[in-house]
Amino acid sequence: MSHHYVTLEQVSLRYPKSDMPAITNISLHIERGHCVALVGPSGCGKSSILRLLGGLETPTSGKVIIDGNTADQTREAVGMAFQKSTMLDWRTVLDNVLLPLEVTDGPTIFRKHYQTYRQRAEASLERLGLADYINRYPWEMSGGMQQRASLCRALIHEPSLLLLDEPFAALDAFTREDLWGLVQTIREERHPTTILVTHDLREAVFLADTVYVFSKGPGRIVHREEVELSRPRTITGTFEPSFNDTVQRLRAHITNVREGTSHDEPAQHDEESPNA
Amino acid sequence: MLDWILSRRVLPWLVTTVFFLLWEGAVVAFDIQPFILPAPSLIGSTFIERWEPISSNSLQTLMTTLVGLGMAIVVGIALGLAISAHEKVYAGLYPLLVAFNSIPKVALVPLLVIWFGIGTIPAILTAFLISFFPIVVNIATGIATVEPELNDLMRSLRARRLTILRKVGLPRTLPYFFAALKVSVTLAFVGSVISETVAANAGIGYMMVVAGSRFDVPLVFAGLMAIGAMGILLYQAAEWLERKLTFWAMRNTPS
Repeated sequence: MSHHYVTLEQVSLRYPKSDMPAITNISLHIERGHCVALVGPSGCGKSSILRLLGGLETPTSGKVIIDGNTADQTREAVGMAFQKSTMLDWRTVLDNVLLPLEVTDGPTIFRKHYQTYRQRAEASLERLGLADYINRYPWEMSGGMQQRASLCRALIHEPSLLLLDEPFAALDAFTREDLWGLVQTIREERHPTTILVTHDLREAVFLADTVYVFSKGPGRIVHREEVELSRPRTITGTFEPSFNDTVQRLRAHITNVREGTSHDEPAQHDEESPNA
Repeated sequence: MLDWILSRRVLPWLVTTVFFLLWEGAVVAFDIQPFILPAPSLIGSTFIERWEPISSNSLQTLMTTLVGLGMAIVVGIALGLAISAHEKVYAGLYPLLVAFNSIPKVALVPLLVIWFGIGTIPAILTAFLISFFPIVVNIATGIATVEPELNDLMRSLRARRLTILRKVGLPRTLPYFFAALKVSVTLAFVGSVISETVAANAGIGYMMVVAGSRFDVPLVFAGLMAIGAMGILLYQAAEWLERKLTFWAMRNTPS
């Protein structure tokens, strides 16, 4: 079939209890190792695409293909991080981070490799600045720390596909920018193919190689923006004109789809904050 | 800390002591006859004099209660899981369960006696029948209220349903289970004693009925005290276990 790592072919999804489809006829390709951001107004179905890729939903029509197999059949390891904390409160932070290995390995293999896994998890928690919390419980940590631990868990089994569903949306601006840098570093080391759903255009431009803008639900792709900025990107860099121009361009598209105009007029560049 | 000692160690004893002192005072002040309302001091001395029958009958009641409660836990968890596993099981079973739970269990004791004879088995079964319903409801509620995000997380890792149940559903439901257990513990005593008062030849309920028929009211009250004390002990045990196992759900209360 196609040589792309991720392919969506004419994908539509309608949830059982809803009479409007969440997305209709979406087609897109993602190269291995790339980072793609999906932006658009609330309810445009961008999270649905993530759920399809994570195998949480099956498309009503069309195909979702990851590395040659359909998403529910794929053997590729998937790491997923959500907006809400999905830490299991009864497990220590370390045991939370080990969960993907525990589930994908099964009890016997997991026990055999436990020491190695444990060291790996501890090292990665230390790197994310959570050394003091390894044996504490998630509810003893702040929201930002919990999202760090979530990231750590999403990456522990070295997934080749990383799905981020607004993982930083509930955090304060400084913590958020901190974590952008962290995701960027991780991506430079391991190159997982990354799909980021976000409302934050600066976040999208900071992290992504390609940004897709979705229309109001049912979602269609109305614009595709290649982000040509050099890497590694820095927070100071987000105040450069080239960065801001990209953000403003995306913002204009979002404004258009929110107001319901179909053609893409260039919007006036104003002094307002570009955050959606 | 001082506040904690006050509420956990001092207040329970203080209030209980004051209660018994008022009782004692009322009996003396109004010159109430022992066969109407014995004073706590008389109940206490009855406890010592009649220790042998009280203790052996208490142990019988404790045994039937614990066995019945054990069955309620096993059946309650199984039914709760079955109900939450499939909407059809829920739809089919719930009316029957609710109807059954509305029946006063004392009405079933004569039937149990016809089927199993007088003695231990009806007491165990009554304890079981009266105490399993809260466990079913709470297990089902616990499973039904698992955050969908947690299921999503497990499914994104391709976890099977049984794995999700073991790693998320059951631990997440534990606080609900203990809430039910604390209700069921005391209900199980009610069940055992009801059955013993209707048809038995041993147990605290039986002892109280016999004592009552002889107007040995102090012994009846000694029996009531024994049930109360055992209830407190078992409730405490459940609460201790709850604090050990679900500390993560009670992070606002100092343990």
